Amino acid sequence: MSYDNELYQQVILDHNRNPKNFREIKNATHHCHGINPLCGDDMTVYMDVDSEQGVIRDISFVGTGCAISKASSSLMTAYLKGKTLDETRVIFDEFHKMVLGEMDPEKQEHHLGKLKLFRGIREYPSRTKCASLAWHTMIGALDKKTEEISTE
Amino acid sequence: MPDSNTGLAAKSALDIEKIRRDFPVLSQAVHGNPLVYLDNAATTQKPQCVIERVREFDAEQYGTVRRGSYKMSEQATLLYEEARQKVADFFGAPDRKEIVFTSGTTQAINLVAYSYGRKFVKSGDEIIISNIEHHANTVPWQVLCEEKGARLRVIPVNDDGELVMEEYEKLLNEKTRLVAVNHVSNALGTINPVKEITRLGHSAGAKVLIDGAQSSPHMKIDVKDLDCDFYTFSGHKMYAPSGIGGLYGKMDVWESMGPYVTGGDMILQVTLEKTTYAKPPARFEAGTPPITQVIGLGAAIDYITEIGLDNIFEYEASLLEYGTRLLREIDGLRIIGNAREKASIISFVLDSAHPHDVGSMLDQDGIAVRGGHHCAQPTMIRFGVPATTRASMAFYNKYEELDALAESIRKVIKLFS
Repeated sequence: MSYDNELYQQVILDHNRNPKNFREIKNATHHCHGINPLCGDDMTVYMDVDSEQGVIRDISFVGTGCAISKASSSLMTAYLKGKTLDETRVIFDEFHKMVLGEMDPEKQEHHLGKLKLFRGIREYPSRTKCASLAWHTMIGALDKKTEEISTE
Repeated sequence: MPDSNTGLAAKSALDIEKIRRDFPVLSQAVHGNPLVYLDNAATTQKPQCVIERVREFDAEQYGTVRRGSYKMSEQATLLYEEARQKVADFFGAPDRKEIVFTSGTTQAINLVAYSYGRKFVKSGDEIIISNIEHHANTVPWQVLCEEKGARLRVIPVNDDGELVMEEYEKLLNEKTRLVAVNHVSNALGTINPVKEITRLGHSAGAKVLIDGAQSSPHMKIDVKDLDCDFYTFSGHKMYAPSGIGGLYGKMDVWESMGPYVTGGDMILQVTLEKTTYAKPPARFEAGTPPITQVIGLGAAIDYITEIGLDNIFEYEASLLEYGTRLLREIDGLRIIGNAREKASIISFVLDSAHPHDVGSMLDQDGIAVRGGHHCAQPTMIRFGVPATTRASMAFYNKYEELDALAESIRKVIKLFS
């Protein structure tokens, strides 16, 4: 048997098993709680932002969810650390379009780096929100959203 | 196949291969593997006779019901009411007029919450549900209680997923207006002692609604014997088209109730000043009903009646026993819901993989199961899990398919550990 689809690549399985930045940040400058009400995924994203420089000094997450949401959170936090807020918003926009199938990193210019491995999720519409929950929650944190972020 | 000393295979009076040929969808391949359809608690597949009856009715006999004075309409009305009689016979209802068609169980329960609840539930009254209800048998009562200042009380379950009957008895009192519980839990498969629940509810002076969405496709139901006031069902879970279902209600209870949805066809007389309402069931069936779907439901009932509910229950029980045994042997798998009386539903969690990942992975092997909270979040909370994977069997499933399920689960565990 081989699960020769793009959904459960080794990288995703590894990040699910040993997620990066899976911790709380004490004294975070930004944080937000996100849920996916359809499947019960639940996470909080913490950020420490240098407001003068406009740079993400540190970013982390805690919560429960499936392998896709956990790996997506892990890869997102690893990728965004050290990025500027402007870069972060561009990357968010590109990631969002990629998982919805509106942007193809194989054909178009992008700033997603290895995050493009989530390209395959477009084939599984029911799982798109698993990959995007962390991202919506992160943007919610940046926008200082006080209410819960929901994928619905 | 089960080995010969289990005797499981010998139990069934059904020719499963022949039955499988009645369901065109079952011969499909998914991702290059034969489809193993194990999401029957969500919805069931349709036999050729239902598909054909629906086609034939639409092609040759379709017309509006209870209105026209021409042949097509009169014929359609006759067939529509014949289907109602089939439903009444299927559930053991004394009078076909005690069957009201709705879009399914969700609407059926909302109908009772609205028409019975709004009229008879007052501030300070109590409504009892259980901890293992579908949201469809939870939310309508929460809304009603909030609106009326009534109190929603909940029968607890033990660790095996069985209702704690002593606690139920303690909840009952003179303020209890309504008891609403499912016959079979969609999330765990528990078969609840609904006859006893009804008897106890009545002795406290309450009306009793049984949510039969998960029981009606799998076991013989006799509403007269149960003595419940309402019994709901969903056609799409019993091999009929989606969009049709309904409920049995005792005639005197129906007659005491006001309308739910209002409009055409549920009236006796309308003037601009006042409207008087038709007798049940028409009072509760405003607007043009899903006529074709009702005809399809009738055909589905004929089909499962011919196979025999007792045969179905017996065979599905053997599938449950076989599947449970297979899954219990898997390290890192825990079955949620181990009631002594269970319908053919196995809900489980893995130590290594989330139910949504399990669902997506099994799909690659052509196996369709449900991963999620099954619209029963209070049940998930009770068992301390965010979600489960649920395999739910029907009489067209085979032992070999459960072997495939177990094998596929082992692969998932290997990949995720």
